Amino acid sequence: MQFWIIQGLNSLALGGLLFLLASGFSLIFGLMRIANLTHGAFFMLGAYLGANAIRSIDGVNLWTAAVGTGLLVAAAGGLLERLVLRQLSTNPLGQVLVTLGMSFIIADACLMIWGGDPIPVPTPADLRKPLLLFGFAFPTYRVVVVGCAIVAAIALYGLLERTRIGAMIRAGVDDMDMARAIGIPVSALFTAVFCLGAGIAGAGGVLGGPIMSAYPGLDADMLPLALIVVILGGVGSLLGAFVGSFIIGFIYTFGIALLPDLAYVILFLPMIVVIAFRPQGLFGRIGA
Amino acid sequence: MKRISGALFLAVLCIFPLFAGDFYINLASQILIAAIFAMSLNLLVGYGGLTSLGHASFLGFAAYASAWSTTHMGLGVGTAAIVAILATMVMAGLFGMIALRATGLGFLMITLALSQVLWGLAYRWVAVTNGDNGMSGLARPMPFGISLDSGANYYWFTLVVFVVAYWLMAIFVSSAFGSALRGTRDQARRMSALGHDVWMIRWITFIYAGFWGAVSGLLYVYYTKYIHPSSLSITASAEGLLSVIAGGSGTLGGPVVGAALLIILKNYASAYVERWNMLLGFVFLFIVLVLPEGIVPGLKRIFSRRQGGQS
Repeated sequence: MQFWIIQGLNSLALGGLLFLLASGFSLIFGLMRIANLTHGAFFMLGAYLGANAIRSIDGVNLWTAAVGTGLLVAAAGGLLERLVLRQLSTNPLGQVLVTLGMSFIIADACLMIWGGDPIPVPTPADLRKPLLLFGFAFPTYRVVVVGCAIVAAIALYGLLERTRIGAMIRAGVDDMDMARAIGIPVSALFTAVFCLGAGIAGAGGVLGGPIMSAYPGLDADMLPLALIVVILGGVGSLLGAFVGSFIIGFIYTFGIALLPDLAYVILFLPMIVVIAFRPQGLFGRIGA
Repeated sequence: MKRISGALFLAVLCIFPLFAGDFYINLASQILIAAIFAMSLNLLVGYGGLTSLGHASFLGFAAYASAWSTTHMGLGVGTAAIVAILATMVMAGLFGMIALRATGLGFLMITLALSQVLWGLAYRWVAVTNGDNGMSGLARPMPFGISLDSGANYYWFTLVVFVVAYWLMAIFVSSAFGSALRGTRDQARRMSALGHDVWMIRWITFIYAGFWGAVSGLLYVYYTKYIHPSSLSITASAEGLLSVIAGGSGTLGGPVVGAALLIILKNYASAYVERWNMLLGFVFLFIVLVLPEGIVPGLKRIFSRRQGGQS
């Protein structure tokens, strides 16, 4: 019983981290039609920057590190969008290739700067004690990560559904030409959404630090999971990213625990089912 | 003129090992292998308009299948090659069924996800793949009893396969089926209205590309006598795609030129800098931003303009 509950919580925690990664990817894809393959690298960059800030700068704790790193990575994403992707706005394939190239550059730069050994991120002291509930001990930090993801989901939902900017973004996702024609500054929205997505991924990397630590290859581990989440949930759909993240979180965690050799193959299954019966994804409205 | 220069070039390729050192012979073998890989990917990218970021899965899968069936099943290298190619084609058929539900960026994302799943499997399924240690101690085949262990012999073997591959792929793209494939790339809806089964054309091409990907994988595993999960990584797929795009997608010779440049760059650059992945990233940026049409079409355009001016 303890096994199932703990693995269940681990699944939720991984799902929460995946949501922080996949929601930005999905929004960027939905609005800009860019498959941003740098997204995994943003997550890893966040993990490394956060780990270093916490370990080497006095007075920085996990939360301030997450916010600061999120802003830094958001700025990096904004630069990438403005300086490079903008030049290729008529060439979607070129954009993908550029983001792929950038992911190689960032990943190799991280390896160059921080070396090949994993850098663990300490769990905040007040969250180290296990949480006792109904006679079971839960790792408190993982519960907090799930909470963070849910807060982020609610905040993003509020932003998209309840604000003027969100209405503009949704209009851009649904029909960009029409949105432009009625005077929505789509170009500025692009940069804003790209920064937002990159920032959430960077902050997610910091929050994931105490669970998975920062290591070379973190980007290559996380990006495919995020891709599968987005294929599953549907591009441009926040709800899809949310549901997909937790589905993949559960499947991957239990796969690793029960069938460690084949965990990656089990990831296939939901993807195949969804692609076969609903190619646009569970909650997607636009074709990928 | 074109025919004569082609024959001359082929002749130079044939006698090349007689006067070149081992380093260059091996470099040339690597180039030929990478060229077959890039040409097979080009069938999808250039002629089918289907940009795959998971082509290394064919190369790696065939290599692992060959390695596994020789070491674990005790098959001969020749039999294992046939088994590996057939298994890869079956896999390509399945992957194609999944990935071809989408086109464009969706296709790219699905192929990437599928190949990453295989990559993860190669890393984690230690009982079969030996995980991060890779599988070593593999043998080269002995066609007609000739040992391929010397660099020159292996080069000639690779050259023969390369010529056959080039020839067959040239026939493929100039055939009626090849025209239909280009039609699905340019005007999928009209092709469909004309009664062509667009999905089937793409699916067959996907499997055919998988076949040549498998062939390059076998050549690769014979060459290195070793296989590691990194052969399935996104970097491997990206190198293939970069070869295609750098050389010029949708041309026969382009991927060959691109693969040659990439392998030469990789070999020489690794002598001076450790950071191949970073260099690869910058090459990506350079090609996309500066030379988006590729090297061969760019040169072709310049050449034909000059000829046009003379006549």
